[in-house]
Amino acid sequence: MNLSAIKIPTLFGRAKKLEAQIDQFLDKVTEAGLIYKSALAVYFDQGLCDDFENYLQRILTIEQSADTLRRDIETKLYEQTLIPELRGDVLGLLEHVDTLINIYEANLFRFSIQTPKIPKIYHHGYTQLSDTAILSVDSLILAVRSFFRDIEAVRDHVTKVMFYESEADQISTKVQREIFTSTLGLARKRHLAYFVEHIDELANTAEDIGDILSILTIKRKI
Amino acid sequence: MDLTVLVFLLSGLALGWALGANDAANIFGTAVGTGMVRFTTAAIVASVFVILGAVISGAGASHTLGKLGAINALPGAFMAALSAAITVYWMTKRGLSVSTSQAIVGAIVGWNIFSGKPTDSETLTIILLTWVACPVIAGFIAVPLFLSTRYIVSNAKLHLIRLDAYTRFALIAAGAFGAYSLGANNISNVMGVFVSSSPFTDFSIDTMMGDSYVFTSIQQLFLLGAIAIAVGIFTYSKKVMMTVGQDIVSLSPISAWVVVTAHSIVLFLFTSQGLENFLNGNSLPTIPLVPVSSSQAVIGAIVGIGVFTGSTNIRWRVLGSIGVGWVLTPFIACLVCILGLYFLQNIFNQVTFLP
Repeated sequence: MNLSAIKIPTLFGRAKKLEAQIDQFLDKVTEAGLIYKSALAVYFDQGLCDDFENYLQRILTIEQSADTLRRDIETKLYEQTLIPELRGDVLGLLEHVDTLINIYEANLFRFSIQTPKIPKIYHHGYTQLSDTAILSVDSLILAVRSFFRDIEAVRDHVTKVMFYESEADQISTKVQREIFTSTLGLARKRHLAYFVEHIDELANTAEDIGDILSILTIKRKI
Repeated sequence: MDLTVLVFLLSGLALGWALGANDAANIFGTAVGTGMVRFTTAAIVASVFVILGAVISGAGASHTLGKLGAINALPGAFMAALSAAITVYWMTKRGLSVSTSQAIVGAIVGWNIFSGKPTDSETLTIILLTWVACPVIAGFIAVPLFLSTRYIVSNAKLHLIRLDAYTRFALIAAGAFGAYSLGANNISNVMGVFVSSSPFTDFSIDTMMGDSYVFTSIQQLFLLGAIAIAVGIFTYSKKVMMTVGQDIVSLSPISAWVVVTAHSIVLFLFTSQGLENFLNGNSLPTIPLVPVSSSQAVIGAIVGIGVFTGSTNIRWRVLGSIGVGWVLTPFIACLVCILGLYFLQNIFNQVTFLP
């Protein structure tokens, strides 16, 4: 008898595969964050160079594979009519999380195209801001993983997301204040502030997704 | 078999159809309504297990109905089942909650009154007490079951997707148990009145082991009734399943599992001759084998969980109308039966009872 033809083990097998795909998708966001961090470090150290472009290419590949994974997960959730009560919410959540990779990618593209000349005195502020924003995204990914596996832990991670977002806002304000009180020309000031805003956008988006996740967690508990 | 016999059985079959159409939703309503289980899967599982329950374990509760009133003429049994079916149909049409158990007991009492036979008050009291006890016990079973399930689910830290897969499997397994218990407990409502005047005869089947298995006339009768229930499930229960979940309180799939399991345990308790023998053998008090309402058991379980968790979204007005239905059902069935027997005897010249 062909055991794989039995419906119940197939159901559990499919569930396991889908779980692995959701984990892989979330891994992509974490990986993108690590590459983003390395790319910015290289940029502040050497400006636009081959290493930076290599990181950009890697993040592009990650973004594409994350999109493919997300679509596959969405198709399976619908085709196999899984988690009917939460399906729409989970799909929305994954799409929101996907925007984080898009922001990582878009920011590196901005650096590659516009090659902003950032004075050395601001490097620390930029790095501190991007590190804090990445921490907020990493905390969010932990919160999303908890939403799937350990609902009670979501709150702890979302609290960290909020904390890092608030930290990022403070750093962003401080760096922009420093930029606008400098003797640089207005166009340059505006250009530098534009990059600060886009790096900070990561933390803001993570916070927005954290809010959505908190609501979903209450819904799942009921 | 004589064609008139089949015609007389039709009322029981109609009652079976109504039971399948209504009560399958108690077992698979939320599972199908929320999309966790496909209707076809639910209908196949429910039908198979209703038939198994009716044929294997249907005798216990029907014995109690027999004690209440042994309808000894086929036309009389026809009218008892028909009046129960009319009551169920009319009350369902009016949007009132209705129980075939209460309808058939009302009809049997009606036959007793019409035929001048005494109603065994001890049996009637046991049946009435059981009706009260059924939802209460379901509530008491549902609360610890709900708490332990919630504890296990939150501590197992299962992935949402795997939890979904396990929940589907658990809903189907609970549905199978529920359908078995429903078939075993409620077949007596459908075919119990025909037991004393069963048109079938026992026959034996030689098994491969060399011995023979006797398929009794009552089992044949119950098989026929269970097939009618299965037809009811396939033809009409989907509509009921799609609405049942929202009527009293909306349930999550896991709560639905708790409710169906509690309901099934209660029906099983009031049905199992094996359990009765076990309790008897150990000198413990036995549980009366009485046909109870599947809907009552479900409502008891839902209210039990709702009261315990302090849920505010229970629609008490719906529960009130259900309560009214419970009181009205046996009275209406009793009156319809007396009237029907009068017409059957005096206008159609049928023998509705033997002295």
